[in-house]
Amino acid sequence: MSETREKAQLMSASEIERTLVRLAHEVLERSDDLDRVAFIGIRRRGVPIAQRLAARINSLEARDIPVGILDITLYRDDLTTISNQPVLNATEISFPVAGKDIILMDDVLYTGRTVRAALDALFDHGRPARVQLLVLIDRGHRELPIEARFVGRAVQTTDREIIEVKFKEIDQVDKVLLVEKVD
Amino acid sequence: MAGLLGIEGLERSEIEAILNRARDFQPFENHTYKRLDVLKGKLIVNLFFEASTRTRTSFEIAAKRLGADAVSITAAGSSVSKGESLVDTLNTLAAMHPDAIVMRHAASGAPHFLARHLATPIINAGDGTHEHPTQALLDARTILDQRPSLEGLRVAIIGDIAHSRVARSNIHLLSKFGVDLVLCGPASLAPPELARIAPGVRITYDMREAIRDADVIMMLRVQLERQHEAFFPGGEYFQFYGLRLEHLDLARPDVLVMHPGPINRGREISSEVADSQKSVILSQVENGVAVRMAVLERILGGHGKTAD
Amino acid sequence: MAKLLIKNGRVMDPETGHDQVADILIRDRYVVRVGQNLHAIAATLFDATGLVVAPGFIDMHVHLREPGFEHAETIETGSRAAAGGGFTSVCAMPNTQPVNDDATVTRYVLERAARSAVVNVFPIGAITKNSAGQELAAIGSMKNAGAVAISDDGKPVMNSRVMRRAMEFARVFDLPVIDHCEDLELSAGGDMHEGLESTRLGLKGSPGCAEDVMVARDLLLVEVTGARYHTAHVSTRRSLELIREAKARGLPVSCEVTPHHLALADADMIPYDSHYKMRPPLRSRQDVAALADGVAAGVVDAIATDHAPHPGSEKMQEFERCPHGVIGLETALAVALQVLVHSGRIPLMRLVELFTLGPARILGLASRGRLSAGMAADVTIFDPDVEWTYDVNRSLCKARNSPFDGRKFRGAPVATVVGGRIVWQR
Repeated sequence: MSETREKAQLMSASEIERTLVRLAHEVLERSDDLDRVAFIGIRRRGVPIAQRLAARINSLEARDIPVGILDITLYRDDLTTISNQPVLNATEISFPVAGKDIILMDDVLYTGRTVRAALDALFDHGRPARVQLLVLIDRGHRELPIEARFVGRAVQTTDREIIEVKFKEIDQVDKVLLVEKVD
Repeated sequence: MAGLLGIEGLERSEIEAILNRARDFQPFENHTYKRLDVLKGKLIVNLFFEASTRTRTSFEIAAKRLGADAVSITAAGSSVSKGESLVDTLNTLAAMHPDAIVMRHAASGAPHFLARHLATPIINAGDGTHEHPTQALLDARTILDQRPSLEGLRVAIIGDIAHSRVARSNIHLLSKFGVDLVLCGPASLAPPELARIAPGVRITYDMREAIRDADVIMMLRVQLERQHEAFFPGGEYFQFYGLRLEHLDLARPDVLVMHPGPINRGREISSEVADSQKSVILSQVENGVAVRMAVLERILGGHGKTAD
Repeated sequence: MAKLLIKNGRVMDPETGHDQVADILIRDRYVVRVGQNLHAIAATLFDATGLVVAPGFIDMHVHLREPGFEHAETIETGSRAAAGGGFTSVCAMPNTQPVNDDATVTRYVLERAARSAVVNVFPIGAITKNSAGQELAAIGSMKNAGAVAISDDGKPVMNSRVMRRAMEFARVFDLPVIDHCEDLELSAGGDMHEGLESTRLGLKGSPGCAEDVMVARDLLLVEVTGARYHTAHVSTRRSLELIREAKARGLPVSCEVTPHHLALADADMIPYDSHYKMRPPLRSRQDVAALADGVAAGVVDAIATDHAPHPGSEKMQEFERCPHGVIGLETALAVALQVLVHSGRIPLMRLVELFTLGPARILGLASRGRLSAGMAADVTIFDPDVEWTYDVNRSLCKARNSPFDGRKFRGAPVATVVGGRIVWQR
């Protein structure tokens, strides 16, 4: 891990909250049949997004959207060496995926490789009718033909910069930081 | 009878047949011998990996008296017998097309190994510490020269029993004939398992007890190396396990003293005993040829038909 | 990115206790999921209906003979035989030539294995230099190079002071010390077990106490040093009693038995047949019974074959000249099933544990010997009931010295998966 220094705060807690509310409404607007919709958060920080959106929709529409957790560690394409330690895999999808209208959620969309691995992992659970992507931040620099249907905020970045999303559920605080690598 | 690897596997009736036939081959009053041509044209190969002039010569004479050709292969120098593997010899032997092989080797089971790879009948002339069947046969023949039967006789075998193939073959043979067998030797040379390899056998470490009321006393050779391997304290063997004249008083008056030879005077047997009237050691040697003739004839030729 | 989907087998995992029909999804070298009715895109399918699907078997005692004795076996041929026996990992004993007593040889073995072995190979380093029993081998560097344990197998460490030092040193590196327990002065070159049979056959015997004396000494040293200790190829009743007692006192002790010691006693030996000659030798019937009891009672932690190939020429000699050792990778499962499971002594799960979790725990292989999400994709698939006859001439290893040639068995491995790839199928 190289040294980093904080450059700017991109979003405060209240800004994150407002963005998530807006995203929830967008999801409701664009979903034809809510009965078929399910959220799947990519571990780790896609999970709070999925959980909060499901809670918001529940309070808006009194609907229980199923939420699943997808751990993509075993689907990364850089898992070449076998260690003598087991690899943790904490996928929890308790509902059938087949025929569902899945919204895959992650905190940051960057090269697209994480999403590709997530699609691979997801399809090994079954064949959804449709998969759409929802991200809090889209920072560009795609290496694969992948786009998000629902975007919280688009941010221009250089490849020396890192976007750090922090959520109360994991990091005890809600904020989005722009951080720079320092040599 | 296809070969003779050990006494353990023989039926009592087979042993009796050999012992009876051997009588025909014992010397006549005028010291001449029966000669037969029943094995004419047969080739017997003596394969001796351990030096043993007496046994080898005994087999050679037996073969010749039956009209067979005998050839001896000795390992070039007895030290080689430990250095060469038997496999090297197999091909040489096969090329000679012998009708029988008489084999002596320092490794127990060596003739069994050979028998697994050759169809030729194999006669065990002594394998390691396992068996020496013709010795037991000639010992039995010698006893029967002096006694009407083996049944119920009290026989004591004394010495380094653990390492003695002669003892094992005798244990198997005498046990089949209902002999009351007592084994005796220093504790480390007479392990208790020996009493369990055949019925009717017991062990004692007290020589006087072994000899008491014995009909036959068989003394075994003791090798000097055993004392170096800590089997018993050096210098004490003769004192506690050597056979002396006074011991003979404990046995029956007509007791037979036997020894497979060669004897170590003053180690396992005193000169007085070796040369006494009760010793039948010389008869054992003479019976060696007779018994071996009976064995060879049985394996290779007709079944005891006398052709004078 | 290869995927393998093993469907419909009886998935048995000793660690979690899972024992039901399920599917296993493997991606690359890891198990992704164990569950019901799994799907996968572009996966190779293996239909395991009617078969047992277990974690990949680990044989922690194998002689691969390379470097130095390639005429008897190589890492490649040994690994093929292992795969043919359902093993996905083997531990290579160090009595090669040169002896594996430093990091260079350890690395050599690993490199050869990486290039030519079809199963995982974990080297075991020597305890002493050249296994001569005097100076300690480069234990620390061997551990860093990848050794999973140390042993002078083939020989005991006769000198108690040296064994003590080795244990003290190994403890720091958390390496288990594996001893071949045999007091050489007591066994004095014996060719088989000392007892009624050896007396009958006129062969020099090696008494059971030669093993017991060494086990007792080792256990006392474990008390003093706290090292993790493992007795190789336990063969006597008395040794098992000593080990059981040490475990009851909380000492870090484990032990293994071989399939041949479980199946054969000295009286079963065909006289003078070198395919029954090994060290420790086949023992008495009471010892054999005690071994099975020990397995059932949980005193034994692992089954290991002590696979010891010798070229045919060397085993074709008078008994006393033949080298000790028999092969066993391809018959291990069948023999163990016959003696322990089909006889009703232990449940199948316990047998699986002896081949998997047991050795994995001793060797500290946290991602092996277990079959759940995140573990290495090493899987053994076997049929516990298929009947077959063992023909040693069709063995995948170079040697033919087995006492089980021609024996009928019930139960055999069906497929072996290593790192997500099927490396052998019946």
